[in-house]
Amino acid sequence: MRRILTVAMAGVLVAGGLMAWMARADEFTTEDQERWQGEFMSVVKEGRALWTSGELGTNGVACAQCHPNAANTHPETYPKFQQQLGRVVPLRDMINWCLQHPLEGQALALDDPKMIALESYITYERRGVKLAPGKH
Amino acid sequence: MAEHRWSRRGFIRAAGTAAAASALPLSVVEMAFADPARNFRIAYISDAHIQHIRGTQFVRNWDRGLIRAVAECNLLTPAPDFVVFGGDLAQLGTKEELDHGAEMLSALKYKTYHVMGEHDYYLDLGEYWSELFGPHWHSFDHKGVHFVILNSVLTYDDWTHNRWPSAQQRMLEMAGLDNPNGSPFMVGEKQREWLRKDLAAVDKSTPVVVFSHSPIQKIYKGWNFWTEDADEVQALLKPFRKPTVVYGHVHQIQYNQIGNIAFQAVMATAWPWPYPETYAQAEPDFPPITVPMNRANPFFERDATGWQGIDVEAGRVTLNYRLFNNTDRTIGFDPAKKRPVDRDFPDKDKRIPPQDHF
Repeated sequence: MRRILTVAMAGVLVAGGLMAWMARADEFTTEDQERWQGEFMSVVKEGRALWTSGELGTNGVACAQCHPNAANTHPETYPKFQQQLGRVVPLRDMINWCLQHPLEGQALALDDPKMIALESYITYERRGVKLAPGKH
Repeated sequence: MAEHRWSRRGFIRAAGTAAAASALPLSVVEMAFADPARNFRIAYISDAHIQHIRGTQFVRNWDRGLIRAVAECNLLTPAPDFVVFGGDLAQLGTKEELDHGAEMLSALKYKTYHVMGEHDYYLDLGEYWSELFGPHWHSFDHKGVHFVILNSVLTYDDWTHNRWPSAQQRMLEMAGLDNPNGSPFMVGEKQREWLRKDLAAVDKSTPVVVFSHSPIQKIYKGWNFWTEDADEVQALLKPFRKPTVVYGHVHQIQYNQIGNIAFQAVMATAWPWPYPETYAQAEPDFPPITVPMNRANPFFERDATGWQGIDVEAGRVTLNYRLFNNTDRTIGFDPAKKRPVDRDFPDKDKRIPPQDHF
């Protein structure tokens, strides 16, 4: 019995070692990169759909009405001192402010998939711009 | 240039009696300079985007902008000869929106001319708008100036008539400013032929002022800050000594000079738009002479919105931007520089940090 157990344990160790060997942390393929980019872009696409939707708030107003292509949102400047809120905030607090006021809707939880999608879209439209945290 | 060209000429800054009293002497002084037969004042309100929610509910924010512009416009002393509404009265072109907007505009004490915007047009191709406000394009003469109103938001017939399963869908597609399914604005061959004939009867020394919704120049196609046949329309204006185009649609201060044609944009009462060059993925051809409006602060609901008083002096226009939450701006044609010039921020080193857009 003990011998069987030992053999089984050894098997588990070998299999575990084998798996660790197969998935090396520092190696990935072009296919991996394409898949990951695809995952990201699918969330960007969801974000764009929310951005242009009149359903996000309660009054039919869409984010894109004031921010075509998410322009004038300045994701590269966050976190920053938002003078009107009187404290340093991440972009998500400003997204929620817009949802609550111009869109007359409810704030989203900061980890809500919709929030992640909106942030993904905003940031994607701003790709290539240098980070400038705190900038006004 | 003479100082009086730029003075506020009695525009009332607010409804307060103190403001009214301080404005009065100015207007008296101005009358000494003005040649009433040639110089006059008009007012310009644009881009109200009245948006229906349901039943009797409309988006409060946009309603407030138009109501305020109308109320302030009614306080002008001396009164304008007429008012122009520059298009996009509605958001999605419905009867509810056009009726609600028309009712608010009916409080204006002055004769009002209307320009067609794409948000008024693409539901029923301007049919109900026309019932309320008249022809899509026409011209008239006033105190020696030939005014032309264009419908510059037409587009390719195939897009308008064959692309979309419903009128509502067509309207929604054109309503999205950054929507890649949209289509470039144009005046179109039929209207250009009308304009050619209309202008043929006008002496070339007569000042011509065109009111259009889109810019009649090519700035950024991605947001339809663009008129596809702008070059052809500009060619019709080129023989005139003093042509000016005043346009809406862009929700921001813009001005430009192309040859002898001066261009000036008007503000929206509803919301401001970013300048196209701030979109990191775009390469727009932006008028380099424009000193931008301040970057909008959304915590002030009416920031970077407003309306315009326009002085027409010897056929050239000076726009007095009446900005609800900002310091007013005055931009007018400078005969010496032969282009529009900003009165307060003419040089780069005089600009203030909020005018830095990025």
